[in-house]
Amino acid sequence: MIATLVRRLWLVPVLLACWELLARAQASPYLPAPTRIASWMYERWFSGPYVLTEEAVDNFVPSLVRVVGSWSVAVVAGVALGVAIGRVAWLSDYVDPLVEFGRAVPPPAMLPVFLVLFTMGTQVQVATIVFGVVWPILLNSIDGARNVDPLQLETAAVFGVPARLRLLRIILPSASPKIFAGLRLSVSLALILMVISELKGSTDGIGYLLSTASNNADMPGLWAGVVVLGVLGYALNSLFLMAERRVLTWHRGARRTA
Amino acid sequence: MTSTAALAGRGRSSPSRARLAKYLRHATGVAVFLLVWELAGRTGLISWLPAASTSLARVAQLAADPAFLADLASTLTAAAVGLPLAVLVAVPVGLLLGTVPVVEEMTRAIVEFLRPIPSVALIPLALFFFQPEINAKVALIVYAASWPILINTLYGVRDVDPVATETLRSFGFGSGAVIWRVSLPSAAPFIFTGVRLAASITLILAISVEYVVGGAGGIGAFLIQASTGIGADAMVDVIATLVWAGLVGLVVNTLLLRAERRLFRWRHA
Repeated sequence: MIATLVRRLWLVPVLLACWELLARAQASPYLPAPTRIASWMYERWFSGPYVLTEEAVDNFVPSLVRVVGSWSVAVVAGVALGVAIGRVAWLSDYVDPLVEFGRAVPPPAMLPVFLVLFTMGTQVQVATIVFGVVWPILLNSIDGARNVDPLQLETAAVFGVPARLRLLRIILPSASPKIFAGLRLSVSLALILMVISELKGSTDGIGYLLSTASNNADMPGLWAGVVVLGVLGYALNSLFLMAERRVLTWHRGARRTA
Repeated sequence: MTSTAALAGRGRSSPSRARLAKYLRHATGVAVFLLVWELAGRTGLISWLPAASTSLARVAQLAADPAFLADLASTLTAAAVGLPLAVLVAVPVGLLLGTVPVVEEMTRAIVEFLRPIPSVALIPLALFFFQPEINAKVALIVYAASWPILINTLYGVRDVDPVATETLRSFGFGSGAVIWRVSLPSAAPFIFTGVRLAASITLILAISVEYVVGGAGGIGAFLIQASTGIGADAMVDVIATLVWAGLVGLVVNTLLLRAERRLFRWRHA
């Protein structure tokens, strides 16, 4: 157990030590030592009365709320619309080219529309994230809902299973592997859009901290922002994978026996 | 259910006619969308939205606007330089990690930590390290585009038929030859999928860097410039540029999908 852990992790402390030595030897302002970044983070963000300082709470919380909230809105909208479009065969032919185009637009390119509309603030972030991440979710939901086994649906119809149950027990489960593939893409995309929209159109948030650090040429601050975003990305991804594993257990079990 | 049966029947009798009907429905969908957009803009139902005709006219004008074309070229150049560099970096690393388990195991923790960092968070840092800005843009594109290629190469190499590699090995081929003759070709479809994913990431990064830098060219800079304009004109410019960005994305995506289908037809068969 410990031996495996050592075998897997030994390179991390070695690299950090090399970085530390290199930074001390060079004394370049651009490459602060890891210990310096850590102490900067502790002083500015983690030495508050309840661990977090005021600056940390005022910027981490809005970012977190925006990214999780907007992503949830995009998930609900994307899955609901996608399943509806995917189940109505004639409708998907009409909307296909529009959805394809929407997905082809590089997501950050939507940001200026919302900068013109709202100038600054949470609305810019929410709109940018929702309109940026909804496409892979929508596309995968359409695809998943379209390819539900017709035999199962017809059987359910013959036995008089009500539409609501058919949706919950047949369509959604059989579309879920596809839907989750879209969701996985959207998690990291949401984080990217949160950062870029906060860099350009916000007065708080982690992206805003990055942009002030950059204006003040505060190198430890920039590195600290990257570390916090890395941890946030890691946490969101792990949470998502946990949820996915839980929801899709039956699917993997079914594939293994098949 | 009767409608699906009818559709299937029609498809069987004349597939080309069914396809024509499908294209017609595509065209109808787009036409209805444009009509609704036009009406919503003209009647002031959505007050900030310029009408479809106004916006599309601006799209056409931009095609003859030298400033816009220079910005478009700048973005596409950065992407076109960055993507092949990312392939050159990520494919060998992926092959190494995929074929030598010891290396994969010791670097896994680092990969797992670096990968979730949103690449745009590195923009301010990269701008301090790489000057002029074009270097920072290409460096970030290479970094961000490398991840999907690396991960897909890794999966592809793991998916290689062990019988094939063992056979070659037992005939006395060295490990370099095994990688070159078996691992790389059989991982190629995976790698190409990674490249296709990476292509859309190059555009995300290029535009994001151009936003942050502002004055250094590219459609990102053009968009930010347009968004600081006044009133309705600003929106027309922004939407027209957005349509261009979508067209570029669509062309790149379609070309890569076509290439993928053509190159790896043997795999789908």
